[in-house]
Amino acid sequence: MAADFNWAVGGEAGDGIDSTGKIFAQALSRAGRHVFTSKDFASRIRGGYTAYKVRTSVDKVQSVVDRLDVLIALTPRTIEENLDELHEGSVIIYDGERTTMQDVEIPDEMIGIDVPLKRLAEEAGGAIMRNVVALGAACEVADFPIENLDSALEKRFKDKGQKLVDNNKEAARAGQSYVAEEFDHEFDYDLETTDEDYVLLNGDEAIGMGAIAAGCRFYAGYPITPATDVMTYLTGRIERYGGHVVQAEDELSAINMALGAARGGARAMTATSGPGIDLMTETFGLIATSETPLVICNVMRSGPSTGMPTKQEQGDLNQMLYGGHGEVPRFVLAPTTIAECFWKTVEAFNLAEKYQLPVYITADLSMAVTEQTFTPETFDMDAVEIDRGFVVDESAIDDHMSESGGFQPHEITDDGISPRAFPGTADGAHMSTGLEHDEQGRRTEDTEMRVEQVDKRNRKVETAREREDWGPREFGDADADTLVITWGSNEGALAEAIEFLDDEGIDVRVLSVPYIFPRPDLSEDVAAAENVVVVECNEQGQFADLVEHDVLERVDRINKYNGVRFKADELAAEIRATLAAEVEA
Amino acid sequence: MSSDIRFTDFKSDKQPTWCPGCGDFGTMNGMMKALAETGNDPDNTFVVAGIGCSGKIGTYMHSYALHGVHGRALPVGTGVKMARPDIEVMVAGGDGDGYSIGAGHFVHAVRRNVDMTYVVMDNRIYGLTKGQASPTSREDFETSTSPEGPKQPPVNPHALALASGATFIAQSFSSDALRHQEIVQQAVEHDGFGFVNVYSPCVTFNDVDTYDYFRDSLVDLKETDHDPSSREDAKDVILDSEQEHQGVIYQDEESVPYHEQHGVDEDMSVIPDGAPEGATDLVREFY
Repeated sequence: MAADFNWAVGGEAGDGIDSTGKIFAQALSRAGRHVFTSKDFASRIRGGYTAYKVRTSVDKVQSVVDRLDVLIALTPRTIEENLDELHEGSVIIYDGERTTMQDVEIPDEMIGIDVPLKRLAEEAGGAIMRNVVALGAACEVADFPIENLDSALEKRFKDKGQKLVDNNKEAARAGQSYVAEEFDHEFDYDLETTDEDYVLLNGDEAIGMGAIAAGCRFYAGYPITPATDVMTYLTGRIERYGGHVVQAEDELSAINMALGAARGGARAMTATSGPGIDLMTETFGLIATSETPLVICNVMRSGPSTGMPTKQEQGDLNQMLYGGHGEVPRFVLAPTTIAECFWKTVEAFNLAEKYQLPVYITADLSMAVTEQTFTPETFDMDAVEIDRGFVVDESAIDDHMSESGGFQPHEITDDGISPRAFPGTADGAHMSTGLEHDEQGRRTEDTEMRVEQVDKRNRKVETAREREDWGPREFGDADADTLVITWGSNEGALAEAIEFLDDEGIDVRVLSVPYIFPRPDLSEDVAAAENVVVVECNEQGQFADLVEHDVLERVDRINKYNGVRFKADELAAEIRATLAAEVEA
Repeated sequence: MSSDIRFTDFKSDKQPTWCPGCGDFGTMNGMMKALAETGNDPDNTFVVAGIGCSGKIGTYMHSYALHGVHGRALPVGTGVKMARPDIEVMVAGGDGDGYSIGAGHFVHAVRRNVDMTYVVMDNRIYGLTKGQASPTSREDFETSTSPEGPKQPPVNPHALALASGATFIAQSFSSDALRHQEIVQQAVEHDGFGFVNVYSPCVTFNDVDTYDYFRDSLVDLKETDHDPSSREDAKDVILDSEQEHQGVIYQDEESVPYHEQHGVDEDMSVIPDGAPEGATDLVREFY
């Protein structure tokens, strides 16, 4: 692959680090280069340390690496925080006239470029543009045509008037010329441009765009890092497509609003992170039992409790699989790339309505705040398909009535899927409830109906297993003895890691799994491999546990769930029957 | 169609399991009559119920309905109404559901002013769990969990509503059938969040706030010079700790409901077969 270039801007929260980094990333993307960004940030509004990092190449980049070629450092701490990534010959751009930077020491093996960022910005029209001066300086160091920066500045500032755009362009040129004139140094970088068209977006944005594409009309949420961007993305956009966003008073309310909208017949969604899922779990059983289609997005962060709110972790897998009292059927999808965040969100809405149950779509902090370039065709809106499942209107409703003439939203069917009637459908009025219910949705504690309803709900999962494709994505060497399995956002890093290993002669087969439940049966793949490794961003190996579980020997099971406890004589008979079946087999 | 609708059409075929004499019978009858009188029918009505004796109301009424989890009925109703502005939404719950576990949602539902009706069946006791203090129980009301009384003042739901910017605040009494129906009907017709607290006595666990007590102590605001359009008058009634009232306490005739405020007026259940028209614009934004 072509040489990659690693760049960062860092300073305190409040220094405009994010928008500076985004402008540079945008400039590279518009110049036809691939971009992969990452952020170091903290849970504070001002101060501390924050950085925006950009990796770019003319080839696809899908991971961060431990290397930094050019660093714009607004604070001494920015240099300290990145010493491990900086290397011999790395360039550090800083403003030696800034009080805090006057005594800064640039490591001997690196190249310090002292640019009076603030002074040059003031000359161009305002000190606020000092970061743009630094971007201009970076363009000169990296031999990146500054016209590409112009285009990104226009995108960023055009709503604020041409004057501001022009001032920023001038500021960038001031930085560029200063480096050209003051530093007699040949840098090794050459950021060539291509004619490719790319779009640049992060995981939260891809999820939001996927929701709109899928016909989601209602979103309710409560701000929480790192899921807030889903809500801010939808706000102001979903309205253009007839939808609405509500900022609820808490997550309890958010999920119940979404539930209400879904009962009204809308495609509805909420998004949150682990602490929000804790609260939403209260309503989870109700969603499943009332057979309401709902998409719940969990952008995971480091837990437990408040944990490390701005750090990466994939620790909520068990929570999503098992959260809630009682036994609750649900699907869990975990897109493995930013592009897949879009497509899996569309799929989540279809699955939710086809199987009338809650569907988790889970990303994690790294994917949520990471921007990556894709061709626009990656998000081909014409390829979006909508399947609303088994919805009946006035003409069909008579086929689903009880003997007493009531509509049956929980009709016992072979595939477990019952008819759905939206409010307003004549003769469709019915009750839904978190209580166990009969086919009409009326409360019951009848032992037989209880079992029939539990079985029916579980049958939907079996139907989905048969009807849908739950396969993993495979890459690497198909015949390798070593099988590496991963899920969620680790795919990009793994895809590049096996290239490093390949260079060393180590062959690896990779299965990247976007479906946690239902999930692919990997037992044959595991059996065929000599070494099996499961890669995930958590301590306990929650997905590894699932893989081990799936390949374990099966045991016989005696289960009872009609609301009555085991009785001794009955249990003896059940065990006898099980043993007899064993012998027969 | 609506002219043929009788209130009994809103009755389901399930027999209520409320105790004989429970105030909830009268509360529910008034709700059904108010819905029928305002031209609604079961197929265009959505009832959301909470948990507790009051929560069972969704089972005994016939309409589209969701019997939710404890305390979250208002958010569900909010979602239904936003997705379906064409549907009449009525939310019902008890004093525990609305003012204890769901108190946070109450404040915000009032602020949002979504065009729906909220009926709280207030019996000042937890009935279904067999007699514990509720948020509206009197300070000295002795129960199994408060042997000497809760020793804390009861929540004043009307004051909470007024302070949160309510546009319709009312009080009714389940046993005064005509007035109760009339008041709920006004709440249904109100453009915005119509809040009615209903005294709905518990005949099994509350021997203080009884039918006789309310009959003897309630003053009907209709028979006073109370001006429901005046926040000052409303404040006086609401903060009057000496006197129980019934009637419309406050109504803002200028109320602008949420859907008008936010331009949410589409039936969201209708979507195209593929991505919505113009969806490619969303991709272009990321250039």
